[in-house]
Amino acid sequence: MNDTDLKPATLEYALRLGDDSLVLGHRISEWVSHGPFLEEDIAYANVSLDYIGRARMFYNYAAELANDGRTEDDFAYLRDAREFRNLLLHELPRGDFAYSQVRQLFVDVFNTGFLAELIHSKDETLAAIAAKAIKETRYHLRRSHEWVLRLGDGTEESHQRTQTAVDALWGYTPELFDMDALEQRLADAGIGVDTAQLKAQWDAQINEILSKATLEIPAGDWAVRGGRVGFHSENLGHLLTDMQSVHRAYPGCQW
Amino acid sequence: MDAIPLISYEQYEREQQRVHSACHEIWDLLDQVKDPEIPALSIWDLGVLRDIQVREGRIVVSITPTYSGCPAMDVIRSDITDALTAADYTDHEVRTQLAPAWTTDWMSAEGRKNLRNYGVAPPQNGAENAVPERRVACPQCGSENTQRVSEFGSTACKALFQCGDCREPFDYFKRI
Repeated sequence: MNDTDLKPATLEYALRLGDDSLVLGHRISEWVSHGPFLEEDIAYANVSLDYIGRARMFYNYAAELANDGRTEDDFAYLRDAREFRNLLLHELPRGDFAYSQVRQLFVDVFNTGFLAELIHSKDETLAAIAAKAIKETRYHLRRSHEWVLRLGDGTEESHQRTQTAVDALWGYTPELFDMDALEQRLADAGIGVDTAQLKAQWDAQINEILSKATLEIPAGDWAVRGGRVGFHSENLGHLLTDMQSVHRAYPGCQW
Repeated sequence: MDAIPLISYEQYEREQQRVHSACHEIWDLLDQVKDPEIPALSIWDLGVLRDIQVREGRIVVSITPTYSGCPAMDVIRSDITDALTAADYTDHEVRTQLAPAWTTDWMSAEGRKNLRNYGVAPPQNGAENAVPERRVACPQCGSENTQRVSEFGSTACKALFQCGDCREPFDYFKRI
């Protein structure tokens, strides 16, 4: 179990990870009935469910740590954009199919490294969630990897769209490897992951995949940050409006 | 189709746990709780039912989720409660246990057979987390002339295949 003084930090950490999962899970669920063909529609629905399930596990743990009557639903449905702590990459709109797959590749490669470390967390619940989630993430990565290769090294149009997506998303990836005082403290205590240490491996893997897909690696001369302190793009507000509408219109409703 | 009945070590351990349990009648009772998505499988066969303990008269049932977002888990939880209540075990509790993470290696031999008869190809041994591209035996005609259509299927636990001989599309229960 955690030292008592690390409990509030662990709660905040569980919420951050829950927010990442929920926001991305909801975002990719928007592909349902809009996929390019039926199998892809189903694939996105599956990936989305895995992420929403992951969010529930993190939120339930946060609720357990908070122990103040709040439940997973309070975290998901009753907080506003400024209270969400997800990394910006997760909230960006779904864009076209290439855009969503490139984002998924960036996230999947990151999560394969991240979860492999979180499995060793001294916090048993975080370790257990990671052990479960990594199996799913490896599965997701095979799909996003294959699609980026196929689209990048595909037709002139698919290549161009995929390159546009890589360029548009690139500046949102440095935030994945930012550490703040809270995360550093948890990493030092063996509870959290030092994501700064994951960057070299991520760069190597992504460079290899993008090169194989005949895509150019962007210069990396811009970066956007703010998700972990609650500064979001306008996209998150729109997403929450949609996602929280039923719960806000019928508070406490059960069905 | 004939198959050599090998069981995994994980499965052996589960069998032993059930055999040595102090409350056989509850394990047997919960055999009636099925996966709502695949009613051919009981929660025991699926490996979701992890443990049953009786503590000071209270029954504590531990289950583990298959996939993180599997919507069947909520239904399974309430089906367990219903089954126990109907059998007059009123003092009970259903706990979710995350570790160790669920694996298809826990699926019973009986479950694999029932799954195939139900029309879903059971998980094959092989590299963890990989869905083969071909040669998953067709649950309809037994042919191995089959091909993967998609790694994702109608539920999180399945991938989609098609048989090259009888032409039937079928679900394959992914190994995880």
